[in-house]
Amino acid sequence: MAFSLTPERQETLQDILSRYPNKMAATIPLLHLCQEQNGWVSDEVVDYVATTLELPTAHVFGVVTFYTLFFTHPMGKHHVWVCRTLSCALNGADEILERCKDKLGIDIGETTEDGQVSLHTAECLASCGTAPMMQIDKEYHENLTLDQVDVLLDRLRS
Amino acid sequence: MLKQTKILTKRYDLDESWTLQTYEKTGGYKQARRAMRMTREDIVAEMKAANLRGRGGAGFPMGVKWSFMPPKGDKPHYLAINADEGEPGTFKDRTIMEKDPHSVVEGCIIGCRGIGANAAYIYVRDELHLSKARLWDAIHEARKKGYLGAKPFGVDYPVDVFVHTGAGAYICGEETSLLNSLEGRRGEPRLKPPFPAQYGAFGMPTTVNNLESIAAAVPILEMGGDNFSQLSDLHHMRDGGSRLFGVSGHVNNPGTWECAVGLTLRELIYDLGGGVKGGELLGVIPGGSSTPILRPDEKVHAPNEDDPMHKWHGQSVLDVPMGVDTLRNCGTMLGTCCATVLSDQACPVLAMHNLMRFYRHESCGQCTPCREGSGWIERILDRIVAGEAEIEELDRLHEIAGNIMGNTICAFGEGTAMPALGFLKKFRKEFEDFVRTKGKSSTGRLTIAASSDHRAA
Ligand SMILES: Cc1cc2nc3c(=O)[nH]c(=O)nc-3n(C[C@H](O)[C@H](O)[C@H](O)COP(=O)(O)O)c2cc1C
Ligand code: SF4
Ligand code: FES
Repeated sequence: MAFSLTPERQETLQDILSRYPNKMAATIPLLHLCQEQNGWVSDEVVDYVATTLELPTAHVFGVVTFYTLFFTHPMGKHHVWVCRTLSCALNGADEILERCKDKLGIDIGETTEDGQVSLHTAECLASCGTAPMMQIDKEYHENLTLDQVDVLLDRLRS
Repeated sequence: MLKQTKILTKRYDLDESWTLQTYEKTGGYKQARRAMRMTREDIVAEMKAANLRGRGGAGFPMGVKWSFMPPKGDKPHYLAINADEGEPGTFKDRTIMEKDPHSVVEGCIIGCRGIGANAAYIYVRDELHLSKARLWDAIHEARKKGYLGAKPFGVDYPVDVFVHTGAGAYICGEETSLLNSLEGRRGEPRLKPPFPAQYGAFGMPTTVNNLESIAAAVPILEMGGDNFSQLSDLHHMRDGGSRLFGVSGHVNNPGTWECAVGLTLRELIYDLGGGVKGGELLGVIPGGSSTPILRPDEKVHAPNEDDPMHKWHGQSVLDVPMGVDTLRNCGTMLGTCCATVLSDQACPVLAMHNLMRFYRHESCGQCTPCREGSGWIERILDRIVAGEAEIEELDRLHEIAGNIMGNTICAFGEGTAMPALGFLKKFRKEFEDFVRTKGKSSTGRLTIAASSDHRAA
């Protein structure tokens, strides 16, 4: 089925377009907007972005595959990102990650069977002073303990 | 010398420090108002006098960079602000965006005026949702007041500021990659020349500045460039002002502080960072993972009296004031000024493995030496960690890292190779022992405290 934005997001798109001297510059913001609505970037989304911004589909696809935050497959409703770069690793990121895997019963890059949660690793999220940390959807959780991880993940699935 | 300052951070502890009301109550937007009535040359002269060395990592003088912008012709000019903050160990720009976003907007107005631009794009990494929201709110508040738009402060010189985001790619912090990403392309770095000042965003003259750099434009105008510069112990080396310092890793009190330039690593680690957690100091990465690690037993060697480092001859590198040139002379870099500390209870082989995995993951893949080299380095380290490597493979690592140096489009290549060579040279014995004993010589860990017992405070 062809993809299109909700009327509210159409308005946001107009605002986005007004910020730049050309349409191509709206590629990444528009992809974010579509993914927010659709949960992932499907072929239909790519077509929609290409048509709307008058760009070749190949260009849009090239952008999508370059950036790690665009998903080319359906994903869980929630995203858990565990930072594993050095400052977090020095403060227990591995344990945090293991606890997430155990608790969710999935490996990195997978989604729980109920479609609720996808688990990812992240590279340094600019929160090293409050390591270890993870991001759940749009929120940062810092100075994590294993107990807190349990509570946060339980909350996601309840 | 430990000299804490409250210039960039003067609003950090105020209630609702991010609002226009608080900002203006504490002197905000006076300098933008003034700048709108100053000439470009006068603004650039203040920035030059301030000796502000770019806070993004490379340490280029901001005023000089602004002066590279061509005179205003018919081509639009752009200001691009780098808030990608992706360099591992770095968490300083985020504090400005969250706590004092109006200082960024005001800095952008001054910056636009100083380089002849009418628009500034603040490139914020997508994950920093609170930062983006605070910046947008500040922009909207400023626009409503008429500080942005067609006639900022009543002057017929339009200025607009926008937030743009990436979508998760460390390489987009590299300035030309950032410009490609801003234009809606894959974030692949461009060959230089042409430099952004000639051919930048949308093919137009562009200045790229780090977010802390642009926020500092406000106090620079307020105090006067020279006064700002003189705050620093390294004023005589043209490394001026105050800046944000951070420390994380194995310290008791990680965080960020604003201090005059001239703070030493020892002060950062022990006085501000509360000392090494869980052991003695093994090493410190001074300014983000791309800067080679320093060992506490390294000494400055500058016997010649004409050497700018002579003053510190024979002293520990931990006691040298942290500056762009001083740390370069210690064989590393100041980078982002956010240090990562490793205790001797952690294993340097595992630390290098962690970082090299990062670089392999983040290479954009355009250049063969970087793409393949970072992959080989990671695979050899995988084998070392698994206890499967031969001692000769340590030399292979040297060779591969050496071949990346100078053979790539962007500085990511050096940013991978230099820290790799740093670990290999400075911890040669630990690496050899690790290989020979198949890891039994190592502490076998990076994390030194159980995750639940070390942050009761
Ligand atoms: C791989 C790579 C990543 C970088 N990441 C950042 C970054 O996240 N933030 C930043 O301000 N500068 C970053 N830089 C430096 C920029 O290319 C550029 O030098 C800087 O934004 C210029 O601003 P400044 O002169 O005010 O420091 C990076 C450079 C490289 C090579
Ligand atoms: S050095 Fe690496 S990151 Fe930079 S352009 Fe080449 S492949 Fe890309
Ligand atoms: S290393 Fe995890 S936030 Fe920086």
